[in-house]
Amino acid sequence: MVQEVVAVRNLKKSFKGFQAVKDVSFTVNKNDVFGFLGPNGAGKSTSLRCMLSLIKEDSGEISLFGKSMRSNRGEVLSKIGSIIEKPDFYKYLSAYKNLELLARISGTTVSKSAINDILEFVGLEGRENHRFRTFSHGMKQRLGIAQALMHNPELIILDEPTTGLDPQGIVDIRNLILRLSKEQGKTVILSSHQLSEIEMIANRLVIINKGKTLIEGSVNELLNTSQMVVRFQLDDSQRGIKLLQSDFNIEAKLNASEQELELEIAKIRIADVAECFVKNGLRIYSIEQKRKLEDYFIKMIQDV
Amino acid sequence: MLLKNTINELIKIIAKPRSYIGFGALTLLIGIILLAMKADGKSFISFVTASFEQTLSFNGEILNGNLMAFIILQMLIIHVPLLVALVTGDLVSGEAAMGTLRMMATKPISRSAILGSKLLAGAIYTFLLTLWMAIMAYGVGQWMFGSGDLIVLNNDGLVIIPGDDILWRYLYGFGLAYLALLAIASMSICFSVFSDNSIGPIVSTMSVIILFTIIGSLDVASFHSIQPFLLTTHMSAWRSLFEMPIPSPEIFNSIYILLAHIAAFTIIALWKFNRKDINT
Repeated sequence: MVQEVVAVRNLKKSFKGFQAVKDVSFTVNKNDVFGFLGPNGAGKSTSLRCMLSLIKEDSGEISLFGKSMRSNRGEVLSKIGSIIEKPDFYKYLSAYKNLELLARISGTTVSKSAINDILEFVGLEGRENHRFRTFSHGMKQRLGIAQALMHNPELIILDEPTTGLDPQGIVDIRNLILRLSKEQGKTVILSSHQLSEIEMIANRLVIINKGKTLIEGSVNELLNTSQMVVRFQLDDSQRGIKLLQSDFNIEAKLNASEQELELEIAKIRIADVAECFVKNGLRIYSIEQKRKLEDYFIKMIQDV
Repeated sequence: MLLKNTINELIKIIAKPRSYIGFGALTLLIGIILLAMKADGKSFISFVTASFEQTLSFNGEILNGNLMAFIILQMLIIHVPLLVALVTGDLVSGEAAMGTLRMMATKPISRSAILGSKLLAGAIYTFLLTLWMAIMAYGVGQWMFGSGDLIVLNNDGLVIIPGDDILWRYLYGFGLAYLALLAIASMSICFSVFSDNSIGPIVSTMSVIILFTIIGSLDVASFHSIQPFLLTTHMSAWRSLFEMPIPSPEIFNSIYILLAHIAAFTIIALWKFNRKDINT
């Protein structure tokens, strides 16, 4: 049976006459890696801040672990680890001291060894005694994740955790989230502009725009992942287009650079297409899956 | 949770360089006053006592540690609020500006406990600053100038207090000064709750002190009704302990008014902080 961890219903919040969140609703189930998407100014951070009681909603219901946040704040927050917007720590304190301070008010007992373990888990071993002000952006993000995890929360809320990270940092954070979900069974809410990241790791998502929920559902259902958009780079793209038309009845088109042909195809037929190209003497330089979430996301927010 | 976070707040105060500005400034200011008086104090005292020399003759050392403590306390009680506000005014707004308030507020600690621990830590810091002022002014003063009778010029005239009747007056005097500084601390923490930058509450606190001092010193009829209730009016309540006889009702009145200020600022701060949207 699916266990509901987060239920947000008809959330509204305005600031001095500006309605930042007009009507946001979504549900997060246990063990979900839940993508929370929207363009800048869509109301993502405001919604997350309401969920964590950083700001008070004007109306709507927020239920976490089946309990109202407002009346069970302490109990609920002890089960949540979060980074909202960016991890901010005391610049004049070391990484270890920063975690120790936050551990003291985390609602559970966090031992010294647990703090050291979590620093090792996020790849900051050996840097525990370095002051926060000396950390690079990537290290700050890692420390932010460490503080979110150190009290072993059931729900982890990460708001733009990969912002400003280098490619290796993005991969590291992605792998970390996957480990948390698959190995430790955590529920993760992930707000990000990196749509490819969301597509790769989220199982469910919500898209909000202009303060309203546009759509919510499973990634597979929304993106129809049995169908894929694939790009082939061939030595003769025009012949490839003709072969696809004649042998598979598929309309393919050249992409903007006219170097690759792009087609939508069932996942199980990709190998057949590749075999056909080879049998007909075409050289395949690359086959690449085009992520669909980006197109889907743009279509959704343009339709509003 | 309140005590745990108070420990956190004290660790932060200890680790912040600005926390030492107050101690450094007090050491420097009091050190300069003491050294200057040591070098040139006799001519200063002669200048002050010149008008009495026709009617009184002074035996013994007027310039002693007790007089030095009195002079220093009188000079600094108006300036120390800035040193207090420098730290206490930053307790909430500084964290809001830094973003760490957001990190704290997502932990299972109530808003009241967060602010309560900051108030407690602010009170401890203010106490330590007052204690340091006492050590420097009285302790070092006694060491440099020795003890003796204290001659104080009050509104009612010259008061001479025997040397063995002074220490307890200073203990209570610094206690009253602490209460006045605690009222300043609670005011700056209150302002700090309303702000998201650390400069605003410090400037606001000093502005209020300057404004209240001006209102308190102006002999304007319309101000007479509010002057007895101004915080600054009671910042010099400690001086009453050096009168003969001691005007106890006036002192208790000052204590009640200072406590009322502390209570009012604390209640306003708690009310606001529990409703504050943390957007930084």
